Amino acid sequence: MQRFLTPNALRTLLPVLSLAALLGAIFYLQPRTMSYFGLNLLLNLAVPIALATIAQMFILCVNDLDLSLGAFISLTACITATWLFDTPFLGILALLACIAAYGVMGALIHLRNLPSIVVTLGMSFVWTGIAVLILPTPGGSAPDWIRTLMTLKPAFVPFPIIASVVIALVVHIGLMRSATGAVLRGAGGNPKSVERAGWSLLRVKVTMFSLAGLFGVLSGMALVGLTTSADANIALRYTLLSIAGGILGGGEFVGGRVSPIGAVIGAITLALAGSFLSFLRLNPDWQIGAQGAILILVLALRLLISARENRS
Amino acid sequence: MKASTLGTICLTVAAGLMSTSAIADTSDKRIALSNNYAGNSWRQAMLTSWEKVGGSAVSDGTVAAADAFTTAENQVTEQAAQIQNLILQGYDAIVINAASPEGLNGAVKEACDAGVVVVSFDGIVTEPCAYRIAVDFKNMGKVQVEYLAGRIDGGDLLEIRGLAGVFVDDEISAGIHEGVAENAQFKIQGSVHGDWAQDVAQKAVAGILPSLPEIKAVVTQGGDGYGAAQAFKAAGRPTPIIVMGNRHDELTWWKEQKDANGYETMSVSIAPGVSTLAFWVAQQVLDGKEVPQDLSVPFLTITQDTLEVSLSNTQAGGVANVEYSLDDAKAVISGN
Repeated sequence: MQRFLTPNALRTLLPVLSLAALLGAIFYLQPRTMSYFGLNLLLNLAVPIALATIAQMFILCVNDLDLSLGAFISLTACITATWLFDTPFLGILALLACIAAYGVMGALIHLRNLPSIVVTLGMSFVWTGIAVLILPTPGGSAPDWIRTLMTLKPAFVPFPIIASVVIALVVHIGLMRSATGAVLRGAGGNPKSVERAGWSLLRVKVTMFSLAGLFGVLSGMALVGLTTSADANIALRYTLLSIAGGILGGGEFVGGRVSPIGAVIGAITLALAGSFLSFLRLNPDWQIGAQGAILILVLALRLLISARENRS
Repeated sequence: MKASTLGTICLTVAAGLMSTSAIADTSDKRIALSNNYAGNSWRQAMLTSWEKVGGSAVSDGTVAAADAFTTAENQVTEQAAQIQNLILQGYDAIVINAASPEGLNGAVKEACDAGVVVVSFDGIVTEPCAYRIAVDFKNMGKVQVEYLAGRIDGGDLLEIRGLAGVFVDDEISAGIHEGVAENAQFKIQGSVHGDWAQDVAQKAVAGILPSLPEIKAVVTQGGDGYGAAQAFKAAGRPTPIIVMGNRHDELTWWKEQKDANGYETMSVSIAPGVSTLAFWVAQQVLDGKEVPQDLSVPFLTITQDTLEVSLSNTQAGGVANVEYSLDDAKAVISGN
């Protein structure tokens, strides 16, 4: 028993256990959710959050923090609901430009050795500004193919679950199981040695920020597929949700220590925490506090595990 | 007593025999309110009204539940998740004051597909399957000019607008200008932004007054009438007819003037109790009644005669309110 429950295994299991506990509580409180239809409704808004959390995870991985992610996703949602709908070609170009802009942001942070918090905080106003220019009043429409994809009703397993598993596995294989992935992660954990081994840190940063941009774009598109329209502030909450989800899922602020599967699970846990509190009929004034309490609880558990790790 | 019991049995039997009957029973139906924001006095009054009317409807046995849910943050994604949770909790109808007219359409569609009745009010949603109780803000501007046309022969007006760039401000102002275009005896001499706040309105009016000829009347958007009155007083100019906006301080000032010198005006705004109208509309839809998708809220107008009653019913610092009854809702439904 003791051998199985090593601190490392516990750390990996913690996100899974928190999710299972939360899901169990929700099923108990509201048995209606224990169905295809119920799980679909419960989880579909977690898909864009999961994508946003993966985007944030790439940034966390190179020891940076992105405070502009929510604004960026709002912008890509606005582009999706307007240009991608009216003139798909222009829309695709604009979304590619968004990804490129993220890469440039990474290069800027690396070359000028700027704190990422300052740069991304500044850029968040730029993203919001462009979003307001594109879509001054809420509106737009979701391109049909995105709407169809997001409301897909496959047999047996609800779409949000399939989507989450696919996202987690694809990123896990790319980042955790490939040679390139090891370099990318290493650049966050120990930049000096990676640089000495002959890898360009600039390329690593640009790659990671571009990947974050790519997943930000995917998150915006998924969100529009669910809401059918956008507004310039639609995803502002995602900045903090994505950081919290990444940390909840086993990531840390030190760079290199991330877990894509954990991040997706963390995002789903956060999304479910909201539903759980609402099923509890908790006064809304207390809900944000309670959501914070759940976060603190999970992080406190992890701290306990780390303490045990240090002792052994 | 006996007759009513018999009636209930008849109704139950009838409902049992024909499920398509118009006299469906709503006593087992549950209605939820999804609200995006509760941070000002209007919204607080709106929630209190909902609790009062919903609570008594539950104890009467008209409906099984009338619960209010407010999102912690005024965000589209959060309210969309809230609506989906309400579907899962098995509510038969969801009444929505929406954070965005478009952003919730996905969640609203999910609700409709799950057979849930959706009624939106104040902050309405555009999804066609939902019912909308909209505010005709344009008309709210126009009735002010029409009232003035009945009171005086014409003259110069001062317009106090709301918060620049907000849809409501544009609509009310458009209505005022439409009214002036139809009543050529009036002319708007100046326009200032009062931001729906007495202090801002007072400053703005004080700033523009020296450049204006004698003003016969002030058309407003609510929350700015008292400030305008103070500005006229401070400038030593005769008090014009100032249209009020149902706020407690405005009504108090009006009452003082009425007692002192017989001052006459009108006051118009939207009652926060519109949430209760939405409640009854949802109940009527659940009852199987034919209800048009688009309804419009009646304004709450206070006249010289109803001033005292309205004032005594309004809390200090609050807005005049009215709770709608089932009959009011029926009147609104058939009026469309």
